[in-house]
Amino acid sequence: MRRGAGAAVASLVILGLVGAAAIFAPLLSPADPIKNDLLERLTPPMWSAGGSAAHPLGTDTLGRDVLSRLLYGARVSLVVGFVTVIAAGAAGVALGVLGGFYGGWLDDVLMRTGDVQLAFPVLLLGVAMLSVLGPGLGNLVLVLALSGWITYARIVRGETLSLRQREFVEAARALGALDGRLIWRHVLPNVWAPIAVVATFSVARTIIAEASLSFLGLGVPAPTPSWGAMLDEGRNYITTGWWLALFPGTAILVVVLVINLIGDWLRDVLDPRVERGM
Amino acid sequence: MLRFLLRRLFHGVFVVWGVVTAVFFLVRLTGDPAVFLVDQSATRAEIEHARHLLGLDRSLPEQYGAFLLAAPRGDFGESIRSKQPAMRLVLQHLWPATVELAVVAALLSTVLAVPLGVLSATHKDGMADHVSRLGSLLLQSMPGFWLGLLLILLFAVELRGLLPAYGSGTWRHLILPAVALAAAPLAQNARLVRAGMLDVLQQDFVRTARAKGVPERTVLYRHAFKNAAIPFITVTGLSLGFMLSGAIIIETVFAWPGLGRLIVQAVPGRDFPVIQAGVFVFALIFVALNLLVDLLYAVVDPRVRLS
Repeated sequence: MRRGAGAAVASLVILGLVGAAAIFAPLLSPADPIKNDLLERLTPPMWSAGGSAAHPLGTDTLGRDVLSRLLYGARVSLVVGFVTVIAAGAAGVALGVLGGFYGGWLDDVLMRTGDVQLAFPVLLLGVAMLSVLGPGLGNLVLVLALSGWITYARIVRGETLSLRQREFVEAARALGALDGRLIWRHVLPNVWAPIAVVATFSVARTIIAEASLSFLGLGVPAPTPSWGAMLDEGRNYITTGWWLALFPGTAILVVVLVINLIGDWLRDVLDPRVERGM
Repeated sequence: MLRFLLRRLFHGVFVVWGVVTAVFFLVRLTGDPAVFLVDQSATRAEIEHARHLLGLDRSLPEQYGAFLLAAPRGDFGESIRSKQPAMRLVLQHLWPATVELAVVAALLSTVLAVPLGVLSATHKDGMADHVSRLGSLLLQSMPGFWLGLLLILLFAVELRGLLPAYGSGTWRHLILPAVALAAAPLAQNARLVRAGMLDVLQQDFVRTARAKGVPERTVLYRHAFKNAAIPFITVTGLSLGFMLSGAIIIETVFAWPGLGRLIVQAVPGRDFPVIQAGVFVFALIFVALNLLVDLLYAVVDPRVRLS
């Protein structure tokens, strides 16, 4: 077994548990995540003085149950993280293959557009676009996917350019294979490994970006719980309710950490050309 | 060299043009900004007046033409909220607040990364290496703004105001936001230095230096690190750019009166002139840093040809 495989397995198990918690949030939650209860506001976690077993991780400034909000919040983080990467990956791979395979003006337009985007940090693009489009789950995914596709397109384009000239592709072409078949059977199977590695890391980055935008009030609108928005709501009560700042951040940390560990392992297994950084 | 510079400059102008054009059309294609500028009870005539003041009653090509003529002169119109020229507001917030924060954070993240990375590489698979790698992994998996909240919780609340949580003015105000901003890039830089050093330490000239009795410190920092530093330059230059963007959120956490916070505050009020001017300045800085990094590359590594 390779080094890091143990950590990767443990990470997969943790990620699976978080996924299950998100799916079964209605069954696992001790309370309704969006029900206010002003009499119970800022109840500390159950093990602290003044805590109660009814709210194991305490309540927020509106008396909503923190554990329930964390469980439902996992849905936003995971859905945004994975859907964004799938959308950006699919678009990037498709455009990258087309650009690399056919070249010409299409390739030029794609790569120049990408240059413009790369000169631009995701967060700033997100703030600028969401300020215009308005907050919401769909817009969040759209904005994050728009800023992500170029990474995949660049990798796939580069690989396609070199594959296009390799003997086995030339041979298939000489045998009369059509472009579609060449791309599907000969180019794509050779690019998926680096793409899988990049995609895994970018799920982690996307989850952080989503939390950041939600923290700035540009994410999923209230009262839908998301981890970033919970941190935003809790930050003004940091002196009286430390748990409001601690738990959602820990949730983000754990999910992003295990995805990064899975990414490290995937890179070692799938992409031996990439030097083992750390 | 000159041709390289000219081509990169042209490319840079293209990038900035692309960015401002994208924002210009996004603003106009997704609804009428004038509607957001007047209050809800405004009459049709009042809305029309607001549209006229913003130049929105002209045709789109006309507006775009006027915009393209005005933007290079730094004229993005007046801020809707404060009625001051948007560009002046942006520059006032960029300098000194944001530049101060970004530069201190960039220094922290590079200066600390070098000894950490070297230590990690020279003690590969030892205790120091494991601690440094685990630390890097944690810092990279943590949103910077959450680290900021934790720092506030620790220093301003638990330690009873050892360091101030909000505001600006003294160097003590700068410490927590700079650390929060520097953390993730520091982790990444330490990983890069480690990887670069591991690579270089195996090479013949390092063995030769050791064999002829050069002190280990000199071997590490003069012989090895100098050669491992080249990829590091790119990252440092670019990380300064990303510090500026990270500032968007860190400034909000710490109520730091910089450009990032200005842009974030302009969003709910739909203060489009400020958003456009801010985005323009950010894009300019990014392009300039990219160019600088390329030039520095050639200075440090004579093997790199600029063509």
